[in-house]
Amino acid sequence: MFKRIISLAVIAAFSTSAVLAAGGGAENKKQDWHFDGMFGTYDKAAAQRGFQVYQEVCAACHSLKYVAFYNLGDKGAPFFDPEYPNPNDSPVIKAIAKMFTIIDGPDDSGDMFDRPGITADKMPAPYANEMAAKASNRGALPPDLSLITRARSDGSNYLYSLLTGYEDAPEGMKMSAGMSYNPYFAGGTQIAMGAPLTEGRVEYSDGTEASVDQMARDVVEFLTWAADPKMEQRKQTGWAVLIYLFLLSLLLYGSYRAVWRNVKH
Amino acid sequence: MSGQSNYNPKTGIEKWLDARLPIIRLGVDTMIFPSPRNLNYWWTFGAILAVMLVSQLITGIILAMHYIPHPDMAFDSVQHINRDINFGWMLQPMHAVGASMMFLAVYIHMFRGIYYGSHKNPREMIWIVGMVIYLLMMATGFMGYVLPWGQMSIWGAIVITNLFSAIPPEAAGTAVTQWLWGGFTVDGPTLNRFFSLHYLLPFLIVAMVALHIWALHIPSNNNPTGISIKTKADTLNFHPYYTVKDAFAIAVFLMIFSYFLFFKPDSMGHPDNFIPANPYSTPAHIVPEWYYLPFYAILRAVPDKLMGVITMFASIGVLFILPWLDISKVRSMRYRPLAKQFFFLFVLACLGLGWAGAKLPSDLVFATGVDADGHAVGLTFVWMSRLLTVYYFAFFLVILPLLGLLEKPKPRPASIEASVLGTDKGEV
Repeated sequence: MFKRIISLAVIAAFSTSAVLAAGGGAENKKQDWHFDGMFGTYDKAAAQRGFQVYQEVCAACHSLKYVAFYNLGDKGAPFFDPEYPNPNDSPVIKAIAKMFTIIDGPDDSGDMFDRPGITADKMPAPYANEMAAKASNRGALPPDLSLITRARSDGSNYLYSLLTGYEDAPEGMKMSAGMSYNPYFAGGTQIAMGAPLTEGRVEYSDGTEASVDQMARDVVEFLTWAADPKMEQRKQTGWAVLIYLFLLSLLLYGSYRAVWRNVKH
Repeated sequence: MSGQSNYNPKTGIEKWLDARLPIIRLGVDTMIFPSPRNLNYWWTFGAILAVMLVSQLITGIILAMHYIPHPDMAFDSVQHINRDINFGWMLQPMHAVGASMMFLAVYIHMFRGIYYGSHKNPREMIWIVGMVIYLLMMATGFMGYVLPWGQMSIWGAIVITNLFSAIPPEAAGTAVTQWLWGGFTVDGPTLNRFFSLHYLLPFLIVAMVALHIWALHIPSNNNPTGISIKTKADTLNFHPYYTVKDAFAIAVFLMIFSYFLFFKPDSMGHPDNFIPANPYSTPAHIVPEWYYLPFYAILRAVPDKLMGVITMFASIGVLFILPWLDISKVRSMRYRPLAKQFFFLFVLACLGLGWAGAKLPSDLVFATGVDADGHAVGLTFVWMSRLLTVYYFAFFLVILPLLGLLEKPKPRPASIEASVLGTDKGEV
């Protein structure tokens, strides 16, 4: 009975989120991910390649405002190096930060100025503000990607399906100007973003072939990390807590039996 | 029980203190009091709820140190907590998932009370205070869900506060709604006052829990047989017998909690709440947290807005007068063959309402065919809600009073002791 109530409550909870997957209508393409399951971790090599895809493709329009450069070298992050437990010391992280130009200020004379990025900076946004972003994209606002895989139902599969799901519009369908057809899009079937990934769009330094499928999988790995950067820590702690509670409940059950041994109940 | 005390101060210091501030006596008499010897695991949810309440208070107080109740900063501050604060990644989901777990436990606790007749004479006040706690929990949970200021936060707040605008303007409906908002729409002032009240209400819950437990110490616990305690042989001291049993149940419950907290932290929430609140963009489908879904279904089952709001509040109000609707003299449904069946149907109706609350009213539960245009037709969720809402109210207002008059209960054991030892069956 207890189990039944729990499972029904859980089903109720899950079905709530499932309901909200309304939109374009096509079922997400289910992928096996390295981060799936209770033992899942991020595939660091894939997430590093995904960072390259984000930086060279997505970052032209999409911000990643909750991620600071040092986050990239945190424990569980794509560029974590055990030699540098403090990611601010990591030469890789410093080099990444330096590639970006940060607008800082105002200085003593009241002017804003440009400087190279440091590890403590957040990733800079491509547009100065929301209106500028809309003006450059025919009125559509490219969303911030920091939480994108958690802000969509079944987000990682959704994002993969969206990125690999561009098709020619079906015969006779009236497309609005500048829109692309994508049956996986949550907001309908017409999406303002043109297909962002094309064969060989980036050149991977590790020699991996940059197919659309590969780039989509890599950038999903990276953005899933960006949305849930403490996942590995969380799962590790979870196992420790579950094992502790299991042993504790065995002890408590033993105590219960001992205290009640002479009582018929 | 009431009036008696199990505390005998032995040392000089204890005697001195007991004559001036009998706080040790309070503690001893809270924990050492005679309880029925036959309480089953359904009785452990009270202690589980106490633990969850403390967990919510501790995590909440820490979160409030870092949270910023401002529409431009609330969402960012929750991300800051999850990304930058030490153990914030654990505390914030612990609070959010903890709320769900607390509601899960409170629903089991309430169903247990109804099944075993724990609301009946002489425990009506325990039940009513419990219902006040439940109402406070609902208000607290609702306002807490608004604080992260995501899309479901703001739109949930808009939908729920607009319920009060169902009151006609001449009857101050508009005035009340604007007073709740602190303006002309859900905005910064609303967020600010919700934060303030979200911090206040849990302490009222603590006070009500103290009353709930105090009231419990007068007649002691009900028990699965529903038979009153008659002799000392019917009882065991709460400590150590039930403290140890509760502790075991708490550890098991915390394992379930931990599974969701560490491995499925988003499963109890809604993806849209990871999108910052935007008053100009309505989500495709606004749904409340799972624990409000049955009431949401009742609200939407009624075509008229004001009547829907009244029906929804009545569905909670009817629980307050349950002790006077369930008039059977037999407390436990273990000995009420008909009531038991209607009770399980009632549990199913509540779950069904929860299911309907999560769906669009026009969605089909099942299809029976197609209409002339080729669209599937069948039972829609709004009609299922209507049927189940009728059963929900009929259970309290018709079935329970009638059963009290008509049902022939099965024979009950002579005492708790007799039921435990299996002797003397068949006496009433």
